[in-house]
Amino acid sequence: MFVSSAQAASTTAQNETPAHAETAATGAAPDAHGTATHSETGVAHKSVFPPFDSSHFASQLLWLALTFAFFYLFLSRVVLPRIGGIIETRRDRIATDLDQAARMKQESDEALAAYEQELAEAKQKAGSIAQKARDESKAKADAETAEISAALEKKLADAEASIASIKDKAMAGVGAIAEETATEIVKKIIGGTVDKASVSAAVKAVRG
Amino acid sequence: MANDPIHQFQIARWIPIDVGGIDLSFTNSSAFMVATVAVASAFLYLTSSNRGLIPTRLQSVSEMAYEFVASTLRDSAGTAGMKFFPFVFSLFMFVLVANMLGMFPYFYTITSQIIVTFALAILVIGTVLVYGFAKHGFKFLGVFVPSGVPAPLLLLVVPIEIISFLSRPISLSVRLFANMLAGHITLKVFAGFVVSLGSLGAVGIGGAILPLAMTVALTGLEFLVAFLQAYVFTVLTCMYLNDAVHPGGH
Repeated sequence: MFVSSAQAASTTAQNETPAHAETAATGAAPDAHGTATHSETGVAHKSVFPPFDSSHFASQLLWLALTFAFFYLFLSRVVLPRIGGIIETRRDRIATDLDQAARMKQESDEALAAYEQELAEAKQKAGSIAQKARDESKAKADAETAEISAALEKKLADAEASIASIKDKAMAGVGAIAEETATEIVKKIIGGTVDKASVSAAVKAVRG
Repeated sequence: MANDPIHQFQIARWIPIDVGGIDLSFTNSSAFMVATVAVASAFLYLTSSNRGLIPTRLQSVSEMAYEFVASTLRDSAGTAGMKFFPFVFSLFMFVLVANMLGMFPYFYTITSQIIVTFALAILVIGTVLVYGFAKHGFKFLGVFVPSGVPAPLLLLVVPIEIISFLSRPISLSVRLFANMLAGHITLKVFAGFVVSLGSLGAVGIGGAILPLAMTVALTGLEFLVAFLQAYVFTVLTCMYLNDAVHPGGH
């Protein structure tokens, strides 16, 4: 597209009749069509479809080569290494962050496992302590029971022994009383004296 | 003049330069080549200057362009093709920014010049040929012999492959050129209808709504085409470079 009014006028002229165009082009284009050579070229190609106008090919190629070569060098030397570096740095950073996160997760997992193990151990320990306490108190109670029952049995045995001795004594006394009684009875019945030995023999015989 | 759809492609000499009878003038087309390179370079340079670990919006645009081209090239030509990455990225950015700048009213569309797109296409095919022969020697000719084709058929297939190879620079350049040219002409024609109808009074203004809506829709379409053609140009470049890297690999 055009930028200056003079240019506009000259290009319009090119689309009109040759004679008119020539005067218009030379008259109204002091900037671009200043030289005679150029205005003649412009008129000569007036009917050519602009993109196929070969008179501009050399200039197009030159400026394309210059601009594109600069663009290529600038991008390949400056811009692309920089953007590539940014992306690379970010990728590395993300990778290290992910590694770190994985390591931290592993650490926390290990800590959790250690905690659970300690908890299990403590539970077991508490159980064993309780069991021990139970066992001890049971043993103590058993011992006390045994002691008391032993004392009771001893008392019982003592009592039985004293009963037996008392009974024996009593039973031993029974013979003498029987002899005495028998002697007295016999004395009363028969009169006179009674042989002590025979009485005791008789009592003995009766008691069997 | 205002309604001449061809007028926008006229080349105007801004600074006449004549070297030995060859016209090397700095033209409006040259100016927009410079503008394209300046805009693209400045954008990429400035947005990446912070080197932010967390990118700003504009930095992520540059990074997206980088990774987009990188993945396109890697998918087509493999890791061995990545040595062409600066070249392919430059082509993509150049064509994309040139197309996008062309969408501004009164801006010159340099990709609507067949010589420009043809030069870029020749650059691509030239790179393929030079690198292919330098790297593989005569084995590079294996690119014309598809593997797994029976020998009698090769008599038919090889000439077809050669013709298709020779037509690549033409199809590559004409596709971009024709798309940009046709799009801009269509836009201009429909926009011209709005002006012509609008000058006819109340009825004309009512009738101008239709081409106006069409112009708006076409503008959106042209932005799509501007991106798409830059992408297509890049993808085809990557596929052709794959031939240079892996001849006979298809």
